[in-house]
Amino acid sequence: MSIQIWTFILVGLSFAIYIGIAIWSKATTTSDFYVAGESIPPIVNGMATAADWMSAASFISMAGLISFMGRDGSVYLMGWTGGYVLLALLLAPYLRKFGKYTVPDFVGDRYYSQTARFVAVICAIFVSFTYVAGQMRGVGIVFSRFLNVGINNGVLIGMGIVFFYAVLGGMKGITYTQVAQYCVLIFAYLVPAIFISLLMTGNLIPQLGFGGKLADGSMYLLERLDGLSRELGFNTYTSGQKSTVDIFFITAALMIGTSGLPHVIVRFYTVPKASDARSSAGWALLFIAILYTTAPAVAAFARTNLLTMTANRSYQDVPQWFKNWEKTGLIKFEDKNGDGVIQYRGPRAEVENELTIDRDIMVLANPEIAKLPNWVVGLVAAGGLAAALSTAAGLLLVISASIAHDLLKNGLMPDIDDHQELMYARLAAGVAICIAGYFSLEIPLLGIKPPGFVAQVVAFAFGLAAASFFPAIIMGIFSKRMNKEGAITGMVIGLAFTASYIIYFKFINPLANQPQHWWFGISPEGIGTLGMCLNLVSSLIVSSLTPQPPEEVQELVEYIRIPSEPDRAEAS
Amino acid sequence: MGQSLQKEKSVNNKERYWQKNLQYLAVLLAIWFVASFGCSILFVNQLDQIKIGGFHLGFWFAQQGSIYVFVLLIFIYVLLMNRLDKKHGLDDQSEGLKRKAEPKSNPEVESVE
Repeated sequence: MSIQIWTFILVGLSFAIYIGIAIWSKATTTSDFYVAGESIPPIVNGMATAADWMSAASFISMAGLISFMGRDGSVYLMGWTGGYVLLALLLAPYLRKFGKYTVPDFVGDRYYSQTARFVAVICAIFVSFTYVAGQMRGVGIVFSRFLNVGINNGVLIGMGIVFFYAVLGGMKGITYTQVAQYCVLIFAYLVPAIFISLLMTGNLIPQLGFGGKLADGSMYLLERLDGLSRELGFNTYTSGQKSTVDIFFITAALMIGTSGLPHVIVRFYTVPKASDARSSAGWALLFIAILYTTAPAVAAFARTNLLTMTANRSYQDVPQWFKNWEKTGLIKFEDKNGDGVIQYRGPRAEVENELTIDRDIMVLANPEIAKLPNWVVGLVAAGGLAAALSTAAGLLLVISASIAHDLLKNGLMPDIDDHQELMYARLAAGVAICIAGYFSLEIPLLGIKPPGFVAQVVAFAFGLAAASFFPAIIMGIFSKRMNKEGAITGMVIGLAFTASYIIYFKFINPLANQPQHWWFGISPEGIGTLGMCLNLVSSLIVSSLTPQPPEEVQELVEYIRIPSEPDRAEAS
Repeated sequence: MGQSLQKEKSVNNKERYWQKNLQYLAVLLAIWFVASFGCSILFVNQLDQIKIGGFHLGFWFAQQGSIYVFVLLIFIYVLLMNRLDKKHGLDDQSEGLKRKAEPKSNPEVESVE
């Protein structure tokens, strides 16, 4: 069967499963809708968190980015996993003990202030929308290549599916769908990785094949890759190019941002107990690590294949996959010296480079490049969609909860009952899907290319989350002295600083986005770390100059620090 | 009198529990920092001098090792804290069961109704 048919079958089958689950696990109360009735077992939640977490950026873009960045790609690998340590150790159990539904709930109650709640809502919505736009582009890429429907129609189909199960099932529906999506996406990621590892290194486990010898036993894979890279004028694969300062700051921003992202934090509200939140974070990271330790291996395999197969090959006899991807415009060959041969060269080569390859296609094209069976190619398409849809759904839920719960119920319309709130939540989710879709449709129509690749768009959400939420939540748990004046000042300064730095270098003056113009050599991707430090320092200074928080707030802090319940009754 | 003594004892117990928790956090986060920012970023070039199989050690830490360390750290913390919770009688095992019996999560609000 052809790739096309396999893709239709596998994508159709997986979509049918998601919809079936949504109908089976329909939400009936606000608690169901926001936190799945706090009834999700830790391992299941771990799996759902992993799917929630691993987006189009992880599945589609990350290995591609790494294969073009070499060792520097580790910022994404460490940045998007290391945050779970912070989450498990510093946030999840305490926020679970606090209960309630959203991150703004915690910020509002802990800092006894509607203003703080409002600032947190704005941060949550801002971060989630930034992130969701990246997912929709991912959906568009997969559809345009594998189903031949055009990016815009692809986005519309994706919107329809997410709309159906997020609006109907709420968190409960999303959780179980995400479990299914995790299974699909991890299977889809591992199958080609194992195949390719076997083909190239004879080792079944990609993580080991990565450091192993080539199948012909001549030399280590990484040696071969380093050699090829140097020969064609690229940087040595296993060495870094970015400055140590920048790598440090980007990694920190991604880590801290991960633990401050509302759609990740909220997943830990869905388990029954505080101790479950801890172990659930462990399971989540284990499930994530399966993909994240495979990705760098895939990156190295794909890069080696790409260099071997395209460099100095006559354009007449390029393989079929090359032509397939050329049609989507994601591979471009321009025969500058007119010799009919593809000169794929790096910045250090003497011959001019004639080949442009979009990094996003590396994972998607990998099975074709390695000549794997057609069903594997279809599987990868289903996996990419699972990754993008699961994350989009989680984000939309955060937006809907922020609007219905934090903005309406706890702000503008306190009198609405559970039933009405649920209706507003569904309405908000619907509107959010339309806005997210509008952004990912309209941008290309206006001729504006989304900034950078999917992974880079997403990277901004991290900087913003790191600079706004993280310090406020951490201080709210670990310092009884932190008051509302401090927290609000910190969040506003952190967010304003980080957002303006990124907007300046990415939108207002993109030409100045060069290391010599950056503050302390920190790129816009890493600036969130500095924003976080500013947030922390300013909140500490302001809180020490203003009155300490009321007695009951200090009691709340003591309450959330202890996993067991009984003292709540004693205190009240 | 006896009651206030008991209350003081419970406050001390919680204080000791929290201090111990902070100690665990300090040690585990130090390891977290060394594995990621230390081995994989600050000292990556030095570690790259060492080769294991096809990997330079610094490169391995940056793309593989640090992630394994992260997973281990969380599970170690889970074990340590579950033990600590029990030791101080502050574990939430019984609550989970209690909660399952009453489906709504916020008993106080219920009782006000």
